[in-house]
Amino acid sequence: MIEVNNVFKSFDKPVLKGVSTTFETGKTNLIIGQSGSGKTVLMKSVVGIHSVDSGHILYDGRDITQMKRKERILLRREVGMLFQGSALFDSMTILENVMFPLEMFSYDSLEERRKRAIFCLERVELGHALDLYPSEISGGMQKRAAIARAIVLNPKYLFCDEPNSGLDPKTSLLIDRLIQEITHEFNITTIVNTHDMNSVMEIGENIVFINKGEKAWTGTKDDIFTSECEPLNDFVFASNLYKELRKAHAFFVSKKKD
Amino acid sequence: MNAIEKVGTYSMLMVRTFAIPDRWRMFFRQYVNEIQKQGLDSLAITVIISMFIGAVITIQMVLNTANPLLPDYATGLAVRDTLLLEFSSSILCLILAGKVGSSISSEIGTMRITEQIDALDIMGINSANYLIMPKVTAFMTVIPCLVIASMFFGIFGGYCMAYFTDIITVHQYVYGIQFMFNPFFITYSVIKGVVFAFIIASIASYYGYTVKGGSLEVGKASTDAVVNSSVIILLANVMLTKLMLS
Ligand SMILES: Nc1ncnc2c1ncn2[C@@H]1O[C@H](COP(=O)(O)OP(=O)(O)O)[C@@H](O)[C@H]1O
Ligand SMILES: [Mg+2]
Repeated sequence: MIEVNNVFKSFDKPVLKGVSTTFETGKTNLIIGQSGSGKTVLMKSVVGIHSVDSGHILYDGRDITQMKRKERILLRREVGMLFQGSALFDSMTILENVMFPLEMFSYDSLEERRKRAIFCLERVELGHALDLYPSEISGGMQKRAAIARAIVLNPKYLFCDEPNSGLDPKTSLLIDRLIQEITHEFNITTIVNTHDMNSVMEIGENIVFINKGEKAWTGTKDDIFTSECEPLNDFVFASNLYKELRKAHAFFVSKKKD
Repeated sequence: MNAIEKVGTYSMLMVRTFAIPDRWRMFFRQYVNEIQKQGLDSLAITVIISMFIGAVITIQMVLNTANPLLPDYATGLAVRDTLLLEFSSSILCLILAGKVGSSISSEIGTMRITEQIDALDIMGINSANYLIMPKVTAFMTVIPCLVIASMFFGIFGGYCMAYFTDIITVHQYVYGIQFMFNPFFITYSVIKGVVFAFIIASIASYYGYTVKGGSLEVGKASTDAVVNSSVIILLANVMLTKLMLS
């Protein structure tokens, strides 16, 4: 479980204005909100790439904002992160990318490191692309390779920044489901940034809605249709499709009551 | 950012860079890679430029010393000293600042904007140490070879001029390049080269590492890296020359 307590962060202008929330273990926790609302900054503050101006961030009780550099580096070994643009190392093959964290931190033999990397790549169904370079595979495959790299050290915490930006709906769905499966399979605390309503409805087990740098709403995907939160409704029901869905939902709910 | 801030962040980055690597095995792998990338790939351009410059200086010197009062060996001596003292260290490094410096800063800058550096940091790796130290140390290792290759091929370029044309005889040239030879000039050039290599690689890394924004900024960073490292090389050249030769 990760607890965020009253976190403030500004660059030239304030970006996070006192965010408090809880991300639960074994669930896919979603941070949703418009582009530019501060989702990435929140995530990077939680993992410690950005240092916060004030507030506390607790990883199962351990406060990362109070840690020394050394302790923070140790904590990072428990963290996996999937970046918006995959962030695979272009000079390495897919297998080398996934083996990289092991090369840095594991004292297993080369054979065991290879086995572990291939196991993770097969878990994301990339067993056939070991020797290709990131530039030679599609965006969806890059995302999957990045997931394999993020989980290769058995992280306790997994962060995904817009895992399906730039992917077609079907591939997006595959990636979302993969993240959810991995979360349940290994009981990880997973945090996903997204502005994609399809993901929200697919894997939204615990949703935090960020609006202009503040937490405006929190709940599950089933709570969304009945939310009274004005900015959330503006965000979720922006498209005609979701407007229709809300009408249908309201209709069924009233039918059930009758 | 003003200049003082820049010097500050540069120094802090260098402190982070020169730490004990997380894994020596990974450091050596990167180091060997960089030697290959910066050293061997710069060898061809070094050889070509040096030969042509050696040939051109020879022609110029023959023309400039076409005076009966000047001895025969003047041409060879002037060619040798120009190469040994300045060309094969300072000018070569200015040229390599363009080649190696811009490639280092655009490589690291691209890694920055595509979040590859963040990915390293998240893994708990000292990204500055992992990325920059092998580049800087590798370039400092190969530069003596490049400097010496440049001297050799520069003088060889002049020799070819003497051999294939009749502006100067081979005998005169060879006598000239041996006349009053001071081996310290080679040491002096190599030391300068090593210092310049550090300047080029570390400044280029600094500009790449601190890129913010997109590909436009990466291009700007590599231009800035080349311009600034060239200026600093010229300043360092004056200081080193004063220190070592006078
Ligand atoms: N490194 C940075 N330096 C300055 N401003 C930043 C930085 N990162 C993000 N911002 C600003 O913070 C705001 C929120 O950005 P971000 O968290 O990336 O939004 P999103 O919700 O789309 O992920 C934006 O206005 C952006 O300009
Ligand atoms: Mg973002």
